[in-house]
This record gives sequence, C-alpha cells and structure tokens, in this order.
Amino acid sequence: MEVPILKQGAYLIASIQAALSDTDLLHFRDVLMKHVGLYRARGVIVDVAALDVMDSFGTRVLGDIARMISLRGAKTVIVGIQPEVALAMVQMGLTLGAVTTTLDLEEGLAYLDENTKPPAER
Amino acid sequence: MSESANSSNNSSGPSGSPQHGVPLVTEADIVAARQKGRELALGIGFSPGDATLIATAISELARNIVTYAKRGEIRLIPIELNGKRGLTVVAQDEGAGIPDIRQALQDGYSTAGRLGLGLPGVKRLMDEMEIVSEVGVGTTVTAKKWRT
Repeated sequence: MEVPILKQGAYLIASIQAALSDTDLLHFRDVLMKHVGLYRARGVIVDVAALDVMDSFGTRVLGDIARMISLRGAKTVIVGIQPEVALAMVQMGLTLGAVTTTLDLEEGLAYLDENTKPPAER
Repeated sequence: MSESANSSNNSSGPSGSPQHGVPLVTEADIVAARQKGRELALGIGFSPGDATLIATAISELARNIVTYAKRGEIRLIPIELNGKRGLTVVAQDEGAGIPDIRQALQDGYSTAGRLGLGLPGVKRLMDEMEIVSEVGVGTTVTAKKWRT
C-alpha cells in the first residue's frame, strides 16, 4: 500500500488512504523522509483521517516521522485524527508529544503558512 | 487450538455463539484481526467509538503475539450475560510466556524497547482482562467488553 505524497509549493501533503501494516508505515516514513530532501520541503502534512486505528506502534511511528522531519528543518502537522481514534489514544495513554495536530487539512495548511519560512533562493 | 484449553471462558455459551478465529503469523494479520473485531463489534451493536476501542485493543494484543511469540491466534466470541451483550477477545500464543505478569502490566514496561503501553493500555480499553501465562508454554489474554 503506497501512500500518495503530493507536492504543493514548499509543502508535502501525504494522505494515508487506508489501514497500513507496520511494514507499510515504516516504508511510508522512509519515502516521506526522502521526499523532504528531494523537494526541499518546509512543511509536511500527514493526513490520517482515513485511519480507523492508531495503536501504540502507529502513534510511535507518526511521532518519529515528525521528529525526523524536524531534524531535517521542516515542520510537520498531523491532521484529521478521528474522534473515536482520539478517544482510544487517550484511553491507551498514547500521546504525540510536542507534535502539532490540527482538525483537518485546511487548518494544517493555515498552520504551516504561519509557521514556516519561504524556501531559500538558489 | 482446542476448545477445552480455554477454561476461563464461562459467560460465553459455545453452542449459541460462533467463534471467529484469526490466525496471526505475519503483521498483515494484525490489520485483518482488528478489522474483523470492528465488524463483529458493530454487528453486536457497539457504538462506533466502542468498536474503535475494541479494534485498538485487538491491534495491541495481535502485535504482542506477532512481535514476541511469532505466531498465535485471536479468537472473537460474541457473549451474552443477563441480557447484556458483549465481545470476548482471546489472544493466544505458544510463545515463551510472560515470566512476570504484574511487571508486564506496568505502564512503561517493555522488553522490546517499545512504549510499553500495550497490555496496560488494553486493560483500559476493555472492561475485563485476564492473563494466563506459563513460561515455555504460552500466553492467553482474555479481554471482554460489554455493551453499554
């Protein structure tokens, strides 16, 4: 299962379309990380609205993705966590730490517009 | 996987409630198990929210098996007690067993360098949970959730 990653200006938008296996999720992490360098992205949005379960593994990998992207100098926003998924995460005691989350894609883009610098002139 | 091995399961009548077994060998089976669980939970009349809690619990239990025991099975059993309906999730493996169950139930404890929220998390997602484990023989986790 490939996660489509769209480039929009200095941002990358990755929409997880369906349930991912652990291997799929780790593959997505690596591909996304390559894209950040390839497209010199300043901001990355990971849309998880289609995910029906976020367990400890999924939460850990999403957090890792955001921290890795941060180390590469870009900002990450996780968007679209469903209310049921949020409930399950809270009951499990899972948090995304300092990772920015927004309600949906629109809010995510607005956050990136406010919090990222334009790409460097080359 | 014999029926008689599962002695702790009193509230489910084996006659009237069909079991659904999902074998766990690869991690793709984790997704299959939790999808089956959600589907059954919704069929029993659980709310979408509760069905998500159940699916998340199954995901954790299934991952424990694939990570630690390598292979095992998730059995899903619709239950009924005093007019209340629910779902029992049995996660059974023939892995190394858990030497110290109390420790495994502590938040933050993990032997695989994970978050260590697996079993304590499942306990919070479900209404009842019981672990039977014998070193060298295997582990059976039985978790129930009742419809509200």
